[in-house]
Amino acid sequence: MATEGLVRTGLRAGNGAIDAFARRHRFHPLEALPWAAAIAAFALFPSYLPLCSQVLATILFALSADLVLGYAGIVTLGHAAFFGTGAYIAGILAANGWGEPLTGLLAGALAAGLVGFLSGLVVLRTTGLTLLMQTLVVATLLHEAANKASSITGGDDGLQGMEVWPIFGWFRFDLFGRTAYFYCLAVLFLCWLMARQIVHSPFGRSLTGIRENVRRMHAIGAPVARRRLVIYTISAVLAGISGALIAQTTQFASLSFLSLERSGTVLIMLIIGGVGRLYGAFIGVPLYMIAQDRFSEIDPVYWYFWIGLLMVVVVVFARGGVLGLFERFWRWTR
Amino acid sequence: MVLYLVSVGLSVTMGLMGFVNLAHGVFAMLGGYVVTSLMTRYGVPFSLALLCAALVTALGSVVVERLLYRPLYGGDELDQVLLTMGLIFMSLAAVTYFWGPSPQPMRPPRWLSGEVDLGFRSFPAFRSFLILCGAALVTLLWLGLERTRFGARVRASVDNLRMAQSVGINTSRLFMLTFALGSGLAGLGGGLGADLLSINPSYALDNLVYFLIVVAVGGLGSIRGPFVAALLIGIADTGFKYLLPELGAFFIYALTMAMLLWRPRGLFGRA
Repeated sequence: MATEGLVRTGLRAGNGAIDAFARRHRFHPLEALPWAAAIAAFALFPSYLPLCSQVLATILFALSADLVLGYAGIVTLGHAAFFGTGAYIAGILAANGWGEPLTGLLAGALAAGLVGFLSGLVVLRTTGLTLLMQTLVVATLLHEAANKASSITGGDDGLQGMEVWPIFGWFRFDLFGRTAYFYCLAVLFLCWLMARQIVHSPFGRSLTGIRENVRRMHAIGAPVARRRLVIYTISAVLAGISGALIAQTTQFASLSFLSLERSGTVLIMLIIGGVGRLYGAFIGVPLYMIAQDRFSEIDPVYWYFWIGLLMVVVVVFARGGVLGLFERFWRWTR
Repeated sequence: MVLYLVSVGLSVTMGLMGFVNLAHGVFAMLGGYVVTSLMTRYGVPFSLALLCAALVTALGSVVVERLLYRPLYGGDELDQVLLTMGLIFMSLAAVTYFWGPSPQPMRPPRWLSGEVDLGFRSFPAFRSFLILCGAALVTLLWLGLERTRFGARVRASVDNLRMAQSVGINTSRLFMLTFALGSGLAGLGGGLGADLLSINPSYALDNLVYFLIVVAVGGLGSIRGPFVAALLIGIADTGFKYLLPELGAFFIYALTMAMLLWRPRGLFGRA
């Protein structure tokens, strides 16, 4: 896995692993690529900006899922719970006369973090299938709650009538989605920096340790349960921000934001890109969403067939997704 | 009861074989489609259609198992989740292609459409039939797994795969048969329950949560577990919807969560 490659590069350089550890968190030129692509997308596809903003916000969602799934190894089928919470909180605020976007974002993030913390307290006591079921049940509970509280959430019709104020009281959300695009991009960038810091910190390394060998981490005295809870909460916060971004930029939130399907698709996007690599989200999400946009114009139902086939192919032939393929190719050429 | 009929198969594949098989509903759906289309288009009698459904799904599952599931046995849960999610999506589109998006009509046969008078009350015949079927299945399966050589081998392979292989059990074939059994049961359950759980393309996705709940609460690898859990969930669901309709399905999920915390391995799960 990541650690192996790291140690290997360290050994190959002949400087021992310590050097590699020191170099690990420095910025690599390739890491600028997604951001360059994002700027380029703004210049090249001005008419697709709304879609592009959604892609950016969804990347954040996938990134948050990557933290729990790829780094801490918590397989969850209920990540939409936090996404939906963020979206609904930000949306409800905006629909009820408080349209300030940044505080809305913060409120969504906090609410999602709270849900993540509370549910994590309960859910993370279990492992394996039971954990999977617990996460799923939490999301379903929230879905049901949002459905029943239709006077606040709009129920099946979705939450409408949001009014989002200009950012900093200055940048208005324009019709072409330019402001929305840069808003999403800036938030994603900040969150990515944070996630990157977390992953490369000792805390992040200990998470990988927990994923790879829980017993050993217990044996060396790492507070496993607390670390899992912390990363689960952080991930929930990021997912909440992502949901709030989508709600604010599209001015819409619906029950599908909390659905099992949403939790499933975010996993799919992540897998296509590559799990546990931090950049899987940046590849998987655009691929998935652009393909979906294209295919569903032709036929929305049969789109599912292709995405299903793609998943099966990825699991059977291309473990590690697109990035995994790149890595293998890289190793092969050497 | 329909839940049990479908879920018991899942308990076999997921519980006994330790494979996170989200695509179980797909086989149940296939069974449902086989039954409804055989009955409405070709006028095949109900019992024969049911038999066909079980056989078709069992055969279909063998193909899928050989091609896709086998490399992932004992592997990563995540891979299993993704593979089976993929299968659900594919089935959704494929079924829409062949049968169209609308739900399939299901008419119970005439000999089951009346009511059964038990002296003090009368019950709808079809539902009574379902309950009888469920009871019969639970007995048969229990006997089959606990009392036959096949069952002993399955349990041995699940408990200790290497040891089972060393004493000369062909575990690969055994797992194939077990999987076929589980999926065949799903097909049977889907066919039997076609009247109550309507057969439409998103069947596998819509009912997934229910199937999983029944199996998880009941406990993996037990036959009794899902039976009790299905009864419990069914009764609680109806009861709460009757008493507190505004809360709807809320209680079921909360109940599931509480049960799983109290007994993480399920009611009758084996450690």
